[in-house]
Amino acid sequence: MLAWTIYSSLIGVGVLMALPVGNARAARQVALACASLGLALGLASALQFRPEAGTLEIVNTSWIPALGIQYHLGADGISMTLVVLTGIAAVAGILFSWNIEHRAKEFFAFYLALIAGVYGVFLSLDAFLFFVFYELAIIPKYFLIAIWGSTRREYGAMKLALYSFVGSAMVLVGLIAAYVISGAHSFDLVALAKVHFPEGFQYWAFPLVFVGFAILAGLWPFHTWAPTGHVAAPTAASMLLAGVVMKLGAYGALRVAMSLFPQGLRAWQGEFVSLAVIGIVYGAMVALVQKDFKFVIGYSSVSHMGFVLLGLVSLHEIGLSGAVLQMFSHGIIAGLLFAVVGRMVYDRTHTRELAVLQGMGLNQVMPFAAVTFIVASLASMGLPGFSGFVAELSVLIGAWHAYPTAAVVAGIGVVIGVAYLLRVLQMAFFSDAPPRPTEDTAHPMEPITVPERLGAMLLIGATLIIGLCPQLLLNLITPSWQGPLFDQLRKEAGF
Amino acid sequence: MNSVDYLQLLKLAAPETIVVVAALGVLFADLGVMRSESRQSRLLIAGAISALACFAAWMWIIFTPVHASVLNGVWVVDPLTQIIKQVILVLTLLTAAISINSTFTDHVGEYTALVLLATAGMMFMVSSEDILMIFVSLELTSLCLYALTAFNKRQPASAEAALKYFLYGSMAAAFTLFGLSLLYGLSGSSNLTTIARSLAGRGMDPMLAVALVMTVIGLGFKVAAVPFHLWAPDAYQGAPTPAAALIASGSKVASFYLFAKVMMVGFAGAEGSGAWGGFSPGWTPVIATLAVFSMVLGNLAAIAQRSVRRLLAYSAISHAGYMLLALLALAEPAHRQQAMAALVFYAATYGLTTVGAFAVVSVIAQGENRDDFGAFAGLSRRAPVLALCLMVFFLSLAGIPPLAGFFGKFYVFTVATGLGSSSFSLLWLVIFAIAMSAVSLYYYLQVLKQAYVVSAPDGTAALPLALSDRITLISVAIGVVILGVVPNVLLGPLQAAVEATLK
Repeated sequence: MLAWTIYSSLIGVGVLMALPVGNARAARQVALACASLGLALGLASALQFRPEAGTLEIVNTSWIPALGIQYHLGADGISMTLVVLTGIAAVAGILFSWNIEHRAKEFFAFYLALIAGVYGVFLSLDAFLFFVFYELAIIPKYFLIAIWGSTRREYGAMKLALYSFVGSAMVLVGLIAAYVISGAHSFDLVALAKVHFPEGFQYWAFPLVFVGFAILAGLWPFHTWAPTGHVAAPTAASMLLAGVVMKLGAYGALRVAMSLFPQGLRAWQGEFVSLAVIGIVYGAMVALVQKDFKFVIGYSSVSHMGFVLLGLVSLHEIGLSGAVLQMFSHGIIAGLLFAVVGRMVYDRTHTRELAVLQGMGLNQVMPFAAVTFIVASLASMGLPGFSGFVAELSVLIGAWHAYPTAAVVAGIGVVIGVAYLLRVLQMAFFSDAPPRPTEDTAHPMEPITVPERLGAMLLIGATLIIGLCPQLLLNLITPSWQGPLFDQLRKEAGF
Repeated sequence: MNSVDYLQLLKLAAPETIVVVAALGVLFADLGVMRSESRQSRLLIAGAISALACFAAWMWIIFTPVHASVLNGVWVVDPLTQIIKQVILVLTLLTAAISINSTFTDHVGEYTALVLLATAGMMFMVSSEDILMIFVSLELTSLCLYALTAFNKRQPASAEAALKYFLYGSMAAAFTLFGLSLLYGLSGSSNLTTIARSLAGRGMDPMLAVALVMTVIGLGFKVAAVPFHLWAPDAYQGAPTPAAALIASGSKVASFYLFAKVMMVGFAGAEGSGAWGGFSPGWTPVIATLAVFSMVLGNLAAIAQRSVRRLLAYSAISHAGYMLLALLALAEPAHRQQAMAALVFYAATYGLTTVGAFAVVSVIAQGENRDDFGAFAGLSRRAPVLALCLMVFFLSLAGIPPLAGFFGKFYVFTVATGLGSSSFSLLWLVIFAIAMSAVSLYYYLQVLKQAYVVSAPDGTAALPLALSDRITLISVAIGVVILGVVPNVLLGPLQAAVEATLK
């Protein structure tokens, strides 16, 4: 059943391509229907899923026998969490792109193709299949940004495409080498995770594959695609980029690099902890001085993804679970932040300059946007009651066990996070400066539409539910570490 | 020498005979009967005859599986050569289909006959294991292709390209002939297997080294490997587009198989080693060098191109580099079957994709009279089907899943890495190739950006797409997708054939 999340998106792409040009309404509806179906399937499967019973097998048939490649889809609690996240982000993204009229049919076709790739990555249990879906997601991203984007869109799109492709090239080298050296004649991730790779091999293969994936997760110093890409992208695409695409990187790092080469991780742990912590603090500090509203959110993503990476490389059970929870949490919150900046504010004011926004008195003009942004910032700061709190706390606990100093420095990052969010909140919405009369008064801003309200409710609801009751997800995630995929990782981490 | 059973020979060479007869038939029909008809209907008839002939030959091969060698390797038919011939026939069929709407020539009969004769030459090339026959078939193909390149008489560039192609080609042929005659002199035989047997244990003496390098020069020219590639950009750009498609696809497939056969069989025992830090003389280090230069120069030079045909030429050079990687993997007997399957799969899917890409360029070049990036601007709105096909072909060339080009590359890289299993002797080359293929995404995306992102200048009309072109393009695009999603369609039969042939 869960495999239909992929197929329904692909069918949606086909239907959209067959639609006549210019019928934006139908295109939106088709896209929303497919995405909602995906979300419904994901939620239903997650509710039915019994994590104690181990990995849920979906399909496993021979695909390319010459290389022992299987068409193997399956899910454990971690993939389940991320599938639900993808569903929520996909639906919200479509709701926030309800106003797209320019080449709407192509927009949603690329959008659904990207979604299909993302679902595929989260559900693949064969390394080759995983890689196929992973690369499948690159091209739609390029076109979404290059065609419908804003500031320096062609540059941002190409930068993102090339960074992703270079990353996946590194992964490819590692995967092929692992396949050859394992001698197992199989790309099955479970089978490969059982192989004990020689330590010398792990020592160079781990950083190669891990960095290859982590480029997409915004690992400092390879994060530079993220702010430019996020800023250039149209709202829905930046929501997806920050919401799920960056998670692809983190998920790949966990599922492939870490579960296959845990000894390599142990050898490089100090280095990668440092990079993650630098990312957290650096991203937050750069966000503090941005003049462009969207760049603030772009850099905050780098900072928050640093927590995911820190949790992963902490090699501690709580930290690992925290990292997965943070993937979910950041996916929702970043989506919400980008929705406010890109759709609610930018589409109406046509500017993202904080200095200009300062004179607009947006809290008066669009109270809904202001309230949504306050909620999103509180969640992003990690206030108790929102998902970010549980996630970042778990990551910090995990990091404390491994490297106490890292936990302390990352904690400073949280504080800076509060600072930059308060700063933009104040500048964009609650400025004391008297509203300057603009020539636009003749054209009052379009009120917040129903789809926007629905999308915001969906995302706020998700972060609140998980914040108040993190067990919903933790019950899925925690038993997953006992699965066969993580045998070696567990041994190396000692839990 | 035993006497020849001509009936058996005729049966074995039936597909080639069909193609040659069709070539003569087209000439006769066009020059004798159809003189007064319009160019369009002559092209249609000629195209139909050649397509029918290719199809008939293809079906003949499917329904008469044979495994035989006559006259001591002058003519070898086995499951593997049969598969490769099928690939060549399909590619020629597609070339014939995209020629139907062309406007570059009034000499329809001669043009079509040359295409078919070149195809026959490629098929002979695939089937012979005798250096004399190899040379004759090489020349048959090359001479037809030189003439085809010059066929656009209204364009001076076409004549210039043909002259360059011809001068380089005849020089390369001279080298090949010299190399082959040295081989004959060293071994006293013209059969590849016998040559290898009598050269065994000889070591890399200067004479053999000269023979090797000379032979590689000739074959490297055919596959457009650096540094013997200089003809390619001009020929691809100047030649009429369908002719360029044939040069880039069918001829590439046949030449690569020939290259592989000559190295693997003729120079068996003189492999040497191309491992990083462990070079020893033989043919693998020579090929490894060609591969590295082809990948680097092809990919980097493609970035600077503004003409899409030239871009495709440099991309062809880089793809030759990847295929040479598969050829290298043939050096190790334990991996021979996988390596051969990877090479043929790559060449076949590459050929198919390239024919598709050239078909798109051909439609655009005919509608716009140019093929620079500007001609592609706004294509997605002027001709959505064409743009979608372009995207499929270019992404496949870039190696993006789930298209055929991705699996081809993946397979070649995996096989090349697996060589010498634990020592990873070719891993350095694979890393190189993967890095270079990351570079290649950039220039393919540049073209797609024109088609999808940039809007056409105001007042540009929609681009008409003839029915025959539409059918050809869509079927090639579907083929590229299918070969990528279920590679086993081709890989299954291919592996069976390879297992039956290379023991």
